[in-house]
Amino acid sequence: MQMHKHEKIWLTLSSAMIIGFLLIAGYQTFALELGPPSHKETIDPQKVDETAPFDEPGVYQTGENEYEVVMTLQIFSFTPNEIEIPAGSEVTFTMTSKDVTHGFQIAGTNVNAMVMPGYIQKIKQTFNEPGEYLILCNEYCGAGHQMMSTTITVK
Amino acid sequence: MSIALNLKNKANKVMGINPEDARISKSYFTVTFVALLVGGILGLLQGLNRAGLLELPSWLNYYQVLTAHGLLLILVFTAFFTIGYFYSVLSHNLDGLLPKVRKMVWIGFGMKMVGFVLAVIPILMNDATVMYTFYPPMAASPMFYIGLVFIVLGVWMAAFGAFIQVANWRKRNKGTHLPILSFFATGVFVLLFFSSIPVAIEVFMIIPWSFGWMETINVMLSRTLFWAFGHTLVNIWYLTAISAWYVIVPKVIGGRRFSDMLTRVVIILLVILNIPGGFHHQIIDPGISEAVKFMHVFMSLAVGFPSLMTAYAMFAVFERTGRKKGAKGLFGWFKKLPWGDVRFLAPMIAMIAFIPAGAGGIVQTTNQLDQVAHNTLWITGHFHLTLGMTVALTFFGVSYWLVPYVSGRILTTKMNKFGVFQTILWTVGMSLMAVAMHLVGLLGSPRRTSYSTYGDHATALGWDPYLIFLAIGGTILIIAVLMQVFAVFHLMFRAPKGESEFLIAEEEENATKTPFWTERWSRTILIMLIIVAMAYVIPVVDFIGDPGSPPWRTW
Repeated sequence: MQMHKHEKIWLTLSSAMIIGFLLIAGYQTFALELGPPSHKETIDPQKVDETAPFDEPGVYQTGENEYEVVMTLQIFSFTPNEIEIPAGSEVTFTMTSKDVTHGFQIAGTNVNAMVMPGYIQKIKQTFNEPGEYLILCNEYCGAGHQMMSTTITVK
Repeated sequence: MSIALNLKNKANKVMGINPEDARISKSYFTVTFVALLVGGILGLLQGLNRAGLLELPSWLNYYQVLTAHGLLLILVFTAFFTIGYFYSVLSHNLDGLLPKVRKMVWIGFGMKMVGFVLAVIPILMNDATVMYTFYPPMAASPMFYIGLVFIVLGVWMAAFGAFIQVANWRKRNKGTHLPILSFFATGVFVLLFFSSIPVAIEVFMIIPWSFGWMETINVMLSRTLFWAFGHTLVNIWYLTAISAWYVIVPKVIGGRRFSDMLTRVVIILLVILNIPGGFHHQIIDPGISEAVKFMHVFMSLAVGFPSLMTAYAMFAVFERTGRKKGAKGLFGWFKKLPWGDVRFLAPMIAMIAFIPAGAGGIVQTTNQLDQVAHNTLWITGHFHLTLGMTVALTFFGVSYWLVPYVSGRILTTKMNKFGVFQTILWTVGMSLMAVAMHLVGLLGSPRRTSYSTYGDHATALGWDPYLIFLAIGGTILIIAVLMQVFAVFHLMFRAPKGESEFLIAEEEENATKTPFWTERWSRTILIMLIIVAMAYVIPVVDFIGDPGSPPWRTW
């Protein structure tokens, strides 16, 4: 293939950039365990209330400075809501939807996950800064979507 | 070539487009720009609402407006322009449309219109407020999905018509390369056809479920099938836009096109690599392993490669042309470009917009970065740069000469000035809006959400200064929309009669001969299907048997 020398240099740099991006993403995902939320368990979406652990949603302490929030998302609310945890805790959110597709986002953090009916989703976050964080649904879920929010207070 | 055909060919070159073929393109363009008008007005309503300036009446809620805005601009505006444009190309390049093909594309037109009416009625009745992505288990009225089936069938008619036209021409011109714009058209219709197969399967799963004949539906499978189509669709509009960059823009600036061979390689790469790209819409979904997601980072990023080839090609053409016109120094060629010609200015701004737009796309494709941006207004900002600037401005730029061409009229100096002004307005409006959306998205403001302060939460209140720009940008944009729609109908019905030229740049001097393997579409399609299989077989098989969901109406 006949190509100008400058174009060869440009395309070599382009390939290097793409591969560089890929390697960094791979390193972060597999070495630093910063991969995107990808939990693979399923659940019958019509029996969420009867299936453990979602039969008792709430905040559970699982270790020193470690908490698990078992949460259901439904139109147009989060259960439990208005969560409180001490500063410095590592919190695992274990979530599922009781109806349609929802999004779970904590504004001002990197917590962002799709929560779909039929699937259990998990995401982990350490909260070092005290404050009242806004949790909101970021996937259109119906007429009251803009009201679907709660807070997590870090003390 | 037979004598009769030769005559017809010459007549085509001298007398312009066959009037029957022109009517096809004019009809498609009419729908295109009516969709832009209505979709644009709906967009303004949303911008005003989202800025907290306008409360919509109870009979027309924000999400209804948003569903219609998306359907009109992502589906109708783009699809009708692409088909109208490429059918004028096929007519011009390939000795006029065959009568059979003409009939097919008209049937396709009718099917799409029927489908569109069927889809819009439930949206207006608030029975299909499900967005253009219609993710199950939200269930719209069955009529909405039946409408979508007709739209897909209509697109297939246009695609098959194009295949027949191309195959017929190739039979008559053995050993000749397909003219470059028709090569682009073939790539676009191949992608349109293959990418709409997954969404057709999805809709056929949804219809019995929305009627209540099936109890549940597989949510993740539907979503995955949707994005195999949804993301390819945006790349189809992009491929349509770059056809104008590679072939038409060099002609407008008085230059020649970039290497024919590399142009065809870019088209082939975009056809092969595109469909798996849809997966990066699902980076933070459950039910898909990190390993599969990582493979898809590579598959999505790979699409960046042909785009970077295009970036080089465009600037190479600009520089070469400028230097031929006597430009000196490193950037002297920049001043030699015809900035006052709307046929250049609009696609040029489109290309420049693709630099940040493409970079933003790479961000969203990369797992960890996507987690920050996913479903925030950043994403909305991104596709207002890609679709709203890169694609739309290219289409507008083409419309300023193609509409007069198919209408037997000319673009006057006055209309050109009007177009330049309109392009600048559009650029200002869209940039204000898109930049604000990107920034506020990073702060966490979600997309697809009507105005909300979330109980006056301080974080949400902090977004308000940015959201004002959605209203300002939207207001400027609606003026540009009105001007564009006026321009198109003026050029179609009112502009002075005369002969325009179909703008196609010549190949570069002493070009190397393009190898003939580029013409083997069967092989290109086979490689594409292998890549699609590599991307989708594992996750799709994984989803089968997952617990399903009953239909919900949550609006």
